[in-house]
Amino acid sequence: MGTEAVGRAIKPALVKARALCKRYVQRAPFSRKKFVIDALMDVDLEIALGCLTALVGESGSGKSTLASCLGILEKPDRGEIWFEGSKVSFANSRELTALRPKIQMVFQDSAGALNPRFSAAQIIEEPLEIQGRESGARLRARACELMEEVGLSPDAGNRSPLEFSGGQRQRLAIARALALKPTFLILDESLSGLDLATQAQILNLLLDLQTSHSLTYLLISHDLSLVGQVADFVAVMHHGKIVECGSRQQVFSAPQHAHTKELLASVGVVEAAFRTAQVGGGQ
Amino acid sequence: MGLFTNMMPFATVSLEGAALLRVRALTVTYSTRNRQSAPALRRVSFDIAPGEILGILGESGSGKSTLALAILGLLPANCSVEGTILFQDEDLLQMDESRWREIRGAKISMIFQEPGLSLSPVMRVGDQIAEIIRAHRPGNGKTRKLECEAVLRGVRLSEVDRIYRAYPHQLSGGELHRVAIAQALACRPDLVIADESTRSLDVTVQAEVLNLLREINRKRGSALIFITHNPALLAGFADRVMVMYAGGIVEQGPTAQVFSRPLHPYTKGLLQLIPRSRNGTNLTSEGRLPVIPGSLPALNPSSRGCLFEPRCSVRTAHCQNESPGEVTPERGRRVSCFNYGN
Repeated sequence: MGTEAVGRAIKPALVKARALCKRYVQRAPFSRKKFVIDALMDVDLEIALGCLTALVGESGSGKSTLASCLGILEKPDRGEIWFEGSKVSFANSRELTALRPKIQMVFQDSAGALNPRFSAAQIIEEPLEIQGRESGARLRARACELMEEVGLSPDAGNRSPLEFSGGQRQRLAIARALALKPTFLILDESLSGLDLATQAQILNLLLDLQTSHSLTYLLISHDLSLVGQVADFVAVMHHGKIVECGSRQQVFSAPQHAHTKELLASVGVVEAAFRTAQVGGGQ
Repeated sequence: MGLFTNMMPFATVSLEGAALLRVRALTVTYSTRNRQSAPALRRVSFDIAPGEILGILGESGSGKSTLALAILGLLPANCSVEGTILFQDEDLLQMDESRWREIRGAKISMIFQEPGLSLSPVMRVGDQIAEIIRAHRPGNGKTRKLECEAVLRGVRLSEVDRIYRAYPHQLSGGELHRVAIAQALACRPDLVIADESTRSLDVTVQAEVLNLLREINRKRGSALIFITHNPALLAGFADRVMVMYAGGIVEQGPTAQVFSRPLHPYTKGLLQLIPRSRNGTNLTSEGRLPVIPGSLPALNPSSRGCLFEPRCSVRTAHCQNESPGEVTPERGRRVSCFNYGN
């Protein structure tokens, strides 16, 4: 049902996931009891080329597991992932090495994701060096270019990432992700730790980069009101399943699943309270 | 001199009757080994009436958390503090550590940003609440346990028995949050400070926690300072809001009035940022989100003029040279801007 909406879009799918399953088995400390967590249960998702798809859900709904499966950081137990029309899920290691630069991730905790012993410029240079894309003086020049592109001053290249503010660190993480010219960027709660003003600035940066780099985004968030402003498509996750998926308009104006309605209601309550406060105080 | 003239107009700001907390010209400066840095709080003055909910709004780096720590006397040693913080007519800044211990937790308490991190991982949740009660009140183990259970029920936790005996890692985010609130309320304090405490919660849980905080505030009459960067959370929740920018208060007043007719250009900018996802988006004509251009200024001690001037849309030549003082445009409202309302 809902998933077809994305498929029906005019734009072809860059990424397709079919019946993905992932189960984690945990053993409680000092006991033989095992806990089974079904993080993904038959997840189908298509991400349209050149679009911003938002994945929303509560914490524990399986968003991040899906992200790391699509980012080839984790192997699903069952199911298939297709990227640019070829099957990823069981590719051999050489094929994976060629594929990895095209799919990049930006994480939530920018302080934890950036090596504090590297300078800002070194952080961006590292992937370029590993993939042998640039060397010598070109390396630093490319890093400076990238810093400018995300709105950081290249003069700050020698500073440690810990000297930057949260928003600047997230810009740095985006610059690193862009270094290898990816086509698909996964942003796993990348905006959650930031305040509203910074969130808006980073979202605008992402929209600018989308056109200049022809990027496809998967933006993961628990905040429906944030992603609802910019997403082309919205997928809602609940207990390891995608319960609703469609264009922004469809999901916001005619939500089908009870969980989506619940999420929208809680967003609506806050927004309505704000409007009421505005009207009430004006009288 | 300056201190006294600053104090006079405040009689109109606080609600009728005595203020619970009076902060006057509070300036906090962090100093590092080799340089004198600019103040993190600049001459901050405000009142809280007993039982009031005050929302503090600002970007990260605006000094919100420093203010919270100053009220609790938890600032690190490399801080120099000037001004006065009168709590129930006692100056908190002149108090010694033993008196502080009688106040913290019992009269002023705090709900921290990450309840998962502020609770000890190796103690049962119930014991951690009992510990606070033991520090401040007479009684024995049995009465303390009963008190704890009452407090846990007060924050609408069912299965009090399970929660009491659980370790923090065995609880969900929402449950942990309620435990942290229970801990802060255990000794029925007169003032509770919540510092970005709902940030890590899901939207649905967040709404529940806000409802709970408001209900407790109304029932017990304890005042609440709620610190956040999201104006939408304060609507219908806070009685008054105070907007902070670069360590100073730029605007304060009753929530409904500030939100319907913001006076300071910064407040206007902040309110524009609130997502409008349901009734169409608030994208600009270029398909971008509205932003406040620029970022917080790098504070340096010698900076002159209004600190918001570089980002301001209504600035005049005057703003660069002189920093605006607080004025009272109407009863109960204060704003620091030469061109407010434009």
